[in-house]
Amino acid sequence: MRKVAYVLGLPVVLFAAWYLISAGSESFYAPPLRDILASFGRTWTLDRLQADVLPSLLRLTAGFLLAAVIGVALGVAIGLGPRLRATVEPVLEFFRAIPPPVLVPVIMLFAGIGNGMKIIVIVFGCVWPVLLNTVEGVRAVDSVQLDTARAYGINGFDRIRRVVLPSASPQIAAGLRQALSIAIILMVISEMFAASNGLGFTIVQFQRSFAIPEMWSGIILLGLLGFGLSLLFRLAEGRALRWYHGLRAASKGR
Amino acid sequence: MLSVSGLRKVYQPHVEALRDLTFTVERGELVCLVGPSGCGKTTLLRCIAGLLEPTGGKVSLDGREVSGPPPGLAMVFQEYGRSLFPWMTVRDNVELPLKQKRLPRTRRSALVEESLTAVGLAGSESAYPWQLSGGMQQRVAIARAVAYEPSTLLMDEPFAAVDAQTRADLEDLVRSLWQRLGVTVLFITHDIDEAVYLGQRVLMLSSSPTVVQDEITVDLPAERDQLHTRADPRFTELRTHVYEQIQAAKLSTRTG
Repeated sequence: MRKVAYVLGLPVVLFAAWYLISAGSESFYAPPLRDILASFGRTWTLDRLQADVLPSLLRLTAGFLLAAVIGVALGVAIGLGPRLRATVEPVLEFFRAIPPPVLVPVIMLFAGIGNGMKIIVIVFGCVWPVLLNTVEGVRAVDSVQLDTARAYGINGFDRIRRVVLPSASPQIAAGLRQALSIAIILMVISEMFAASNGLGFTIVQFQRSFAIPEMWSGIILLGLLGFGLSLLFRLAEGRALRWYHGLRAASKGR
Repeated sequence: MLSVSGLRKVYQPHVEALRDLTFTVERGELVCLVGPSGCGKTTLLRCIAGLLEPTGGKVSLDGREVSGPPPGLAMVFQEYGRSLFPWMTVRDNVELPLKQKRLPRTRRSALVEESLTAVGLAGSESAYPWQLSGGMQQRVAIARAVAYEPSTLLMDEPFAAVDAQTRADLEDLVRSLWQRLGVTVLFITHDIDEAVYLGQRVLMLSSSPTVVQDEITVDLPAERDQLHTRADPRFTELRTHVYEQIQAAKLSTRTG
């Protein structure tokens, strides 16, 4: 109960402050929150959610999952192979340094303006935190654990699946969490460039047609979406890494 | 039978860890290896376990030369906290090597139950290792080794990190498991009393670069217990001998 109060306390205060301060606003660009909330219900109808929010979410999911798979697979290969790591590390640093939005026009050239382009943009941005965290996690696997696995004949793919990946999983999860917030940003950005549907597209449309309360309501929806997704992620992580949190609590207690 | 002949290990560049080690452990024998600290015990053990390639000489287990981790060998590490997998329950930890051996499910669960009962941990199957005390974690590691049904058990200072009382219990556990299962045990320790108490024979290693300094047969009765065996005058004689040899080994490196 108290926990819930802590979580909701500040957002409630901020919302109330916004509501009160903006109540008498005459500004066209910063309408009262009352108007924004009123337009929220009108704007985000079931039809619109289906037509714009759902495609966004699907692209986000596809891009995020693809980035996760690619990042973990490459990360394991690079983390386990010192020679491969020495070869590719400088190149990785270079690619990581490129801000993904810059690539949107380039990717558009060969991937068009469809879903493919948007998913590629998301993958390109998300893959780095996953990849680099996986590499670090795999390199940090305890040598005694690896010796144990070898001594008991746990080799090859089984060693990766049963020892290396679980041992690196806390690091991988940290990478995935970073990737998720990047994915949301890139989802919106890719839709702002060239799209015919999606949350980013809709928000830009509202802005261009001076539907300001609607635009604000879209931004609030985006915030809620990001919050919901990170909550979901935290729940999943808490379940998957229960051993890790327990281990940490146990070693702190001693 | 475990036989080590002319084993030599040189780390780059020119650090000679093992010079020339030759000894055998007969089938079903319990042999303890003691040596001064830093005498290359761990290097030796890793060579025997097939985790490290020796520079010269060879190790053979049950007549076959060791060139990778041999299937009939199980190992108990000193660092139980790092050798058990914290993401698996006790049961899964013990069962994992058995899955790797492709044993059928019923056989696996029977072995897991048997071995956990043997080390006094029946009922802790679904706990995680980090929920257990240090001594209990090392029992899990021993259960994992026993369930593997090895012909040879290698133990690398397994009780160095547990408290004295737990240690005495675990020593008795090792003796009783060894007597019951008829498994060959090579037990490495830096504790002279432990070596004499546990072993049928004690091999003393020199300081690095290591050779076998001396060897004694422990002619104490097979039935041993912490109270009477350690009070036995013969026990005292033997441990004095081992102690002197280890001191001599230390001295020879200092002067040499």
